[in-house]
Amino acid sequence: MKTLKVSILQFPGTNCDFDTVYAFQRLGHETTLVWHKEEQLPEATDLVVVPGGFSYGDYLRSGSIARFSPVMKAVQAYAGEGGKILGICNGFQILTEAHLLPGALKRNEHLHFISRFQRLKVLETDNAFLNRCEKGEVLNIPIAHADGNYYVDDETLDEMEKNGQILLRYCDEQGEPMVVNGSVRQIAGICNRDKNVFGLMPHPERAMESILGSVDGQRMLEGFASA
Amino acid sequence: MKAIVNVYLKEGVLDPQGKAVHHALGSLGFDNVTDVRIGKQIVLQLDESDKEKAMKELTEMAETLLANTVIEDYEIEIAE
Repeated sequence: MKTLKVSILQFPGTNCDFDTVYAFQRLGHETTLVWHKEEQLPEATDLVVVPGGFSYGDYLRSGSIARFSPVMKAVQAYAGEGGKILGICNGFQILTEAHLLPGALKRNEHLHFISRFQRLKVLETDNAFLNRCEKGEVLNIPIAHADGNYYVDDETLDEMEKNGQILLRYCDEQGEPMVVNGSVRQIAGICNRDKNVFGLMPHPERAMESILGSVDGQRMLEGFASA
Repeated sequence: MKAIVNVYLKEGVLDPQGKAVHHALGSLGFDNVTDVRIGKQIVLQLDESDKEKAMKELTEMAETLLANTVIEDYEIEIAE
């Protein structure tokens, strides 16, 4: 497998940065932490990861302030050139706020913060992210969020479904759709139309070792090296 | 000049907080409440005397940062 140069962003309040570094190093990749004040991404970056946490304390809306950090201009340009970007949890929220991904993430329907393992069904594998997973397979990945209630208007949603942009859905052990936070069509992860920007609420970087309950995250993150 | 920006979830976008408060009001016996929507109020002090110019800027602020127009609507009020 190819060794990737992975750039992992840090905002004030990011707290999954070192877990993400650990996860990608475990897969044999080179990682660089990039502070949000940087105006450029490290040269020859193969993948940008916007990790989870509570950037700017989730003030105003989750991700709304981080999306205007200097580094995000470079991330926008990188996305425009077809560069691959993965947003996990708060990273997903930041990418929707930046309009790099469609839709928005609202407060969970039941208003609770959810933190537990959750089954996810893989819906699409023909992309740079989930190509190591099987279509229809059920993964077990931790979730930890208060604002994971994905919303997008019906018209865009139908279009996304048709383009293969709906990647992951919350489900039960049998793979049947499950309401977790009120997301439209139980969506847990998506990508943009060009399939180079990915976002998901679950935390694959927390499912890298069997001693911690699951190794399913490993297969998800491995995809980028084989794409 | 003082300006107030009110931000609400769009009609048709489910408001989980409004729903919970509606439910709580019902349990307190306020059974004539038919809907509750919760929003945010952002109060700004501007160093600006031109109302029209302020309105233009406030609209830009609302569109870029104060509201997420994918899910939210906003109203701007300029208080003298």
